[in-house]
Amino acid sequence: MNYLEFEKPIAELEEKITELESVSSSRELDLDAEIDKLRNRSRALTREIFAKLDAWEITQIARHPLRPYTLDYIERMVVGFQELHGDRMYADDAAMVAGLGWLDGQRVALIGQQKGRDTRERTRRNFGMSRPEGYRKAQRVMKLAERFQLPVVTLIDTPGAYPGVGAEERGQSEAIARSLQVMSTLKTPIVAVVIGEGGSGGALAIGVCDKLLMLQYSIYSVISPEGCASILWKSADKAAEAAAALGVTVTELSRNGLIDEVIAEPLGGAHRDYDAIAGRVKAAVSAALKPLTALDTSTLLARRYAKLTGFGRFHIHK
Amino acid sequence: MNWFDKIIPPKIQTKAGLGKRGVPQGLWSKCAACQAVLYSVALQHSLQVCPKCNHHMRLAAKPRLQAFLDAGEARWLAESVQPLDILKFRDRKRYRDRLSDAKKASSSSEALLVAHGALKGAPITAVAFEFDFMGGSMGSVVGERFVRAVQHSVTQRQPLVCFSASGGARMQEALFSLMQMSKTTAALTRMRQLAIPYVSVLTDPTMGGVSASLAMLGDIIIGEPDALVGFAGPRVIEQTVRETLPQGFQRSEFQLAHGAIDMIVDRRELRDTIGALLAKLGFNGVSPPPADRPDDTPPTAGSQPSPATASSAKRE
Repeated sequence: MNYLEFEKPIAELEEKITELESVSSSRELDLDAEIDKLRNRSRALTREIFAKLDAWEITQIARHPLRPYTLDYIERMVVGFQELHGDRMYADDAAMVAGLGWLDGQRVALIGQQKGRDTRERTRRNFGMSRPEGYRKAQRVMKLAERFQLPVVTLIDTPGAYPGVGAEERGQSEAIARSLQVMSTLKTPIVAVVIGEGGSGGALAIGVCDKLLMLQYSIYSVISPEGCASILWKSADKAAEAAAALGVTVTELSRNGLIDEVIAEPLGGAHRDYDAIAGRVKAAVSAALKPLTALDTSTLLARRYAKLTGFGRFHIHK
Repeated sequence: MNWFDKIIPPKIQTKAGLGKRGVPQGLWSKCAACQAVLYSVALQHSLQVCPKCNHHMRLAAKPRLQAFLDAGEARWLAESVQPLDILKFRDRKRYRDRLSDAKKASSSSEALLVAHGALKGAPITAVAFEFDFMGGSMGSVVGERFVRAVQHSVTQRQPLVCFSASGGARMQEALFSLMQMSKTTAALTRMRQLAIPYVSVLTDPTMGGVSASLAMLGDIIIGEPDALVGFAGPRVIEQTVRETLPQGFQRSEFQLAHGAIDMIVDRRELRDTIGALLAKLGFNGVSPPPADRPDDTPPTAGSQPSPATASSAKRE
C-alpha cells in the first residue's frame, strides 16, 4: 500500500501489524489478540483521519497512484466490453477509452479517460490528458450510441486537456467545443461519473450529462489547484489554499447544487478495495440510467437543456 | 513625487489630469507594434487599429458594438444581470473587490456586453467581451448574458455576432464558471438547429474555456489579424513541452493555416464582410449584388441559359 503524507500514522500502525504477523508465523506465537487490537486501532484511526480531510488531502486521494482507473471499473462493471479505436481523422488517443458493453443487463456505450499505472503506460496514456483526437473519438462513439439507442456512460479522470503544440495545431478548442455541442443534444441518456480528477474543460468535454455522479474523494475543478495558485497567489505552493477556495470536493459541489449524487468510497479510499467501489459505481449508474431510459427523447432533451442553462449564480438588478 | 516637485509651491504644480507639459493625458498613444506616436482621436476613428502598421489594439466592448451596429442603433440588453460572489472567493484579494475594481477599470458592468440593433439595415444581435473586466473571463454573468443574447436572436429570428476577447473561465467562480461552457453551448446548439446564423469573431486574445466553447462554434469564424487564439496558453505549453514555440504560434494566421477559422478580416472591414456574409445566408440587409453570370449576358425574362453558360456552371 502506498500511503500519503497525512496517512503516516496509519502507515506506522500497519507496519507494526505486518511485523507482528511475520513474528507470529515464524515463531509460532499466538499474537492474534494483539494483532486484532492493532487492526481495530488502525481502522479507527483511518476513520478519524478520513472524517476530517481537507480539500488538498482529498485532491491527493483523487490523484492517488493506486486509485482505480477507467479500465479497472470497466473490467468489473461491464460484461463483454469491446473497445473501439480511432477518430477516423487522425489517430487513436490512448488517453481516451471508448467502447460498447453490457452494464447490469443494459447495453451501453462507455467512454472514459485512462491514466497509466507504470511509467511506460503513463507515457502511452499521456497521463490521461487527451488530444483533439481523443475528444473526436468520444464524439464518434456517442453519435454511434445515439443512432442505436444505447445510453452513454462516461468516467471522468483527467488532469485536463493536453497543452501541446500538436494538440493546438489540430484544434484542441474546437474538439472540446464540439464535444459539448454533441452532448448537449445527444438523443440518448448520458450519465457521467467523476472517478478521480475532473480537470477543467478536458473533463467537461465528456461531462455534459443528464446526471452527474461523483466519487466521495474525487475532485472537479475549473483549473487545477496548482494552476490557480500560480495565477492568483503567484505561487504554486499555495495549492492547498487554492483547492479550498475553489471548493473542489463533493461537499462543496453538492452544497452549490453542481452535482447530483455522491458515491461513498470504502474506508481509506477507493484504492483500498477495487471490487467494492466498482460494485457501488455500477449500482449507482444502473439506478441513474433506469428513469432516464424511460423518458421520451423530447422530455429528456428538454430537461437536459434546462439543467445546462440553469447553471450559474447572479442577481438581477432592477 | 520627487524632491524637486515637493519644493515647488503648490500654485506652480501642474494640475491633475495634465501631463508634464500641460498636455491632457490620453491625447496621444503609442502603437505597441511599430512605436508610432498616434493621435488618439484618429485612433478612435480607425477603431484602435494603427494607421501606420495595421496593428490591431484592443477595443473595448462598448465602442466595439457601437461601431459595429448601424449608427445610433445600439440598444443594450441583459445589463440587469449582475455578478454575485456566491463562494466568498478570496485569493490575495477578495473577489468582491476585484469586481468593483474591474468595474472602475473597464467602465463596463461585466465582461460581456449585449446589444441589438441593425447591421446595414438588417436586424442583428451582437455581443462583445470586455477584456479589461477581469481579462474578459467567463463567469455566471457572462454565461447568462450570452444565453439571453442567443434567446433574443431566436425569438427575433436574427443573426448573432460575437466578438470574443477572453483569457478563459473565471477562476473566482470555480465550477460555476466551467459550467458556463456547456450552458452557452447548449443555447447555441438550439439556435443552430433553427438555422439562425452565428458569426464568431476572434479578437486578441481568445483562450481557454471561451475558445473551447462559444468562440469555436461559429457557423462562420473570423479572426482579427494577429489575434492570439488557442486553448492552452503559450506559457503553459512551453512549460509542458520544454521548447520555445515557433513564431506566430496560435495567432489568427496560424489558425487559418490549420483550418480552424474561415478568414482573417481587418477590423475596419468587419461590418462590410459580415453584412455580405449574412446576406448570402439569407439574412438580408444589403441589396443583393448584380446577377453574377459567367458569360456576363444580361438576364432576359424566361430565357434558358445558353449551352455555354450551362457547361461553365457545371464545371464549377
